Amino acid sequence: MHDLLQRLQTWAEHRLPALTRYRRPETLPIELHRRRIYIVPTMFGLGFSILLLVMMVGALNYSNNAALLLTCLLGAASSTSMLVGFRTLDGLHLSHIRAGHAVAGQPIELTLVFETVRARSSIRVDLDDAFTAFAIEADGTATVKMILATTYRGWQPLPRIRLWTTWPLGLFRAWSWLYPDQSVLVWPRPESAGPPPRAPADDARHMRLYRGDELAALRDYRAGDPQRHIAWKASAHHDNLLVKDFEQPQSRPQWQLDWRQLRSMDNESRIARLARWVGEAQAQRRSYSLWLPNSEIAASSGPLHYAHCMNMLAQLP
Amino acid sequence: MTFWARRKKPVEPAIDNRVFDLLSITVTLVLLVHAPHLLWWLSIALALTLGWRWWQRRRHTGRVPAWLKIPLLALLTLAVVVSYGNIFGREPGTALAVGLLILKLLETETARDVRVGVGFACFALMSALLIDQGLVATVVVALGLLPALATLRALEPAQVPMSLPRTLLPGLVLLAAAIPMALLAFLLVPRLSEPLWGAPTPDEARIGLSDSMSPGNFTDLLIDDSPAMRVTFDGVPPPPDQRYFRAYVMWNYDGHSWRRALVRHDEMQVPAPIEAGTTINYSVSLVPTHQRVLPALDVPLSVPAEARMQPDHEILADKPVNDPLNYTLRSALGYRLQPDLDDRARRLGLQRPIGFNPRTLTLATQWRQRFGNNDAAIVQAALSLFHDGGFRYTLAPAPLGRDAVDDFLFSTHEGFCEHYSSAFTLLMRDAGIPARVVTGYQGGYWNKFGNYLLVRNSDAHAWSEVWLAGRGWIRVDPTGAVRPERVSLGASAAAGDQLSWYRTDWLQGMRNRWDIVNRWWAQGVIGFDSLRQRGLLTPFGVRDVDTATLGVLLAIGSVLFIAIGLGWALLRKQPRDGLRTALRELERKLARAGIVRRSSEGPQHYLSRAARALPNQRDELATLMKSYLELRYANNIPAPEPLRTFQRAAREFRVTSVVK
Repeated sequence: MHDLLQRLQTWAEHRLPALTRYRRPETLPIELHRRRIYIVPTMFGLGFSILLLVMMVGALNYSNNAALLLTCLLGAASSTSMLVGFRTLDGLHLSHIRAGHAVAGQPIELTLVFETVRARSSIRVDLDDAFTAFAIEADGTATVKMILATTYRGWQPLPRIRLWTTWPLGLFRAWSWLYPDQSVLVWPRPESAGPPPRAPADDARHMRLYRGDELAALRDYRAGDPQRHIAWKASAHHDNLLVKDFEQPQSRPQWQLDWRQLRSMDNESRIARLARWVGEAQAQRRSYSLWLPNSEIAASSGPLHYAHCMNMLAQLP
Repeated sequence: MTFWARRKKPVEPAIDNRVFDLLSITVTLVLLVHAPHLLWWLSIALALTLGWRWWQRRRHTGRVPAWLKIPLLALLTLAVVVSYGNIFGREPGTALAVGLLILKLLETETARDVRVGVGFACFALMSALLIDQGLVATVVVALGLLPALATLRALEPAQVPMSLPRTLLPGLVLLAAAIPMALLAFLLVPRLSEPLWGAPTPDEARIGLSDSMSPGNFTDLLIDDSPAMRVTFDGVPPPPDQRYFRAYVMWNYDGHSWRRALVRHDEMQVPAPIEAGTTINYSVSLVPTHQRVLPALDVPLSVPAEARMQPDHEILADKPVNDPLNYTLRSALGYRLQPDLDDRARRLGLQRPIGFNPRTLTLATQWRQRFGNNDAAIVQAALSLFHDGGFRYTLAPAPLGRDAVDDFLFSTHEGFCEHYSSAFTLLMRDAGIPARVVTGYQGGYWNKFGNYLLVRNSDAHAWSEVWLAGRGWIRVDPTGAVRPERVSLGASAAAGDQLSWYRTDWLQGMRNRWDIVNRWWAQGVIGFDSLRQRGLLTPFGVRDVDTATLGVLLAIGSVLFIAIGLGWALLRKQPRDGLRTALRELERKLARAGIVRRSSEGPQHYLSRAARALPNQRDELATLMKSYLELRYANNIPAPEPLRTFQRAAREFRVTSVVK
């Protein structure tokens, strides 16, 4: 049943673009306006209108003008609520979408940033099977975090996002489809187990002690620390002196990860293995370099380096 | 603000306490507006159930179990059936609806339940108006919509939190915005000329004039302050002692009560002939009486539509008056009614039950012997007896026995209009003068602000008419002989110290003034029937608006309102550019002095040109230009304080010299 509906919807979107407003992906920012906001009564709205009808017929039958006036008032208020619902969506901006990091098969976190001039309440967001609701203040920004399921590595286009609201009375449902022309990069899934990289283990050059340039942490002052390493600003907030502690001397060998070493495997297995090695190197805080058919990444370490390597792996053909 | 996504849940989550509180308030209001006409013990039982459920849900959320719900439902149905006899009809129907609404609250846990409950509550609120459609009741019921709307709003997710009283405000704004459209629909929704199903019948007899009178049964009426009718006169209203509104004429006396004459269809259908003196035109708005009689100022000459005049000048409508009714009449203030009495009327006007009130008969026979043929002298003798015989006006007289008139005349000596008119009429009949009892209203309160006469149920009165040869039927008010204030001031004033606490003077004055609003409501809103609706466009030259035209008008009006509404909905608040507005103002002032900004000209060039043209104000203009450029181009958003300075400078700028 569900499949049938899905197929019908797909067919309708292709055959009847005017009816279903099949929209092509569009670039951000997207502003909602009257030509893309739709509004229909909810089931409760239909039931309520039947109730109003019954009340009106009753009032007319008993020629009771006070009851008729009340019914008219309620009816007019309900219709006005339709306009309020429309205004909740009208003029809303989706300014940008930020994506987090995730490996294939794990949900990726999306951050939708909405902007508005006037205050709005109770706007709901549906993205695949995740949903949330948000309110936004006048001249304000709302950050909405959504979860998107991923299946394969590489660029994954964002699905259509539905913004909808039944504000204020739940009688009408106004909605609009957003189809941002944006993709998220999904990292490859590392293989679960395998051999460690062939390391030039006895290469003494990589065993030398080494003071990194990157700031790692702050620690308490110990006698003999060079004066220029004291973090004066941070120390002002504490009782004792703090010293900038730079990267600890390198004690592990550097890894040179190379696509060409894995000649006997197919492409996806190679990528999975490299992804695992990169992950292990990151976990062990090793310095590593990566050679790929489309790029060569020099040896380094840290989260940025890791993200860069994973991005390059994800984008491999 | 950051909002986190949730996974869809298959079951609907339970509502939070705020929603439940608001729904409880709604239901409480429904119970309150219905309480005046529900049986008191049912109201109390329902209120207790409501309170218990609220307290129970405070402690832990969850539905009330079925083993408790089903017996309660059975109990409610049983209670309604036992106390009202059935479950159909207005009164038992509303009682059942209110009860079911409160039982619905017992199982309200999800948003869907709440929506059903709110819809039901709206219906129950409306049904309260079927029983009382006064102004106050309508306003209270309309205010009852506020918590209902607030409940629906509270169901929506992700809102800016606010206090409980504040949540009612948006509903008020919404209702206020809906008023114009509601009024249009109210005016133009075609009224039914005939009800679709059974015309409503009152479930209990209302207090009002009745078509029979036995001394003592006015007591309830005389303490009922609710309006009976409102009368507007064309021209000067009649003086207070002429404000007698005739309703029923009673001929038949059985020793206990007076009744109307049974009308035979073959004869007595022609109103008795009348020679009218001064006449007066007036219109009456009658509060529903559920009877056929239409009170008219003594003595009516014309008949409103769908009504007939009886031989004794009673006016009976074709159908009982179940809805507020307006009618226009002409009456004679000076008249000679039925100068020639026919045999049947004479026979009716003289009949008395045999074997009752022997002492009255003896007294009347003595008078006849003493005064001979002088009927007027006998009337005078009876009035003198009431005036000087130690009679007392009271609304709480001693009870009377089998010979009621004898007891009243010779032993108790106390009573009110019914006693006096009854005794007087019987005395006249026993003396051989045709006489009858007339009931209706006398007096009323003249509302200066609204120029109308307000007649209350407490103005109900009974008097007599005697037939004198050559003069016809003459109105004699024996109560006036005992208590002249009854005629000039009204029943409550005559009752003296028997006033209730709530009928003190100032309160009565307030109530009289407040009545003008009620009259406006009764005439403008409640009385707006299909007839008035058809005459709606008379000022525009259309005499009779039919249903199709009303439909078209309604459609046009709705489209108009939709257009206005859409205009509002599409209105976008543009971020105001204060700097630009200020510059515009400056440009306007300079343009008046002849320095018009060209379309290709930037602000710097334009203001420099202006400074050259106005050498006296060169410095001022140069400063303005510099600050404008600074504000416009230094930052994305102009700094607020310099912006204000610039705006003030632009506002205060005056061109002082002549342009060269």
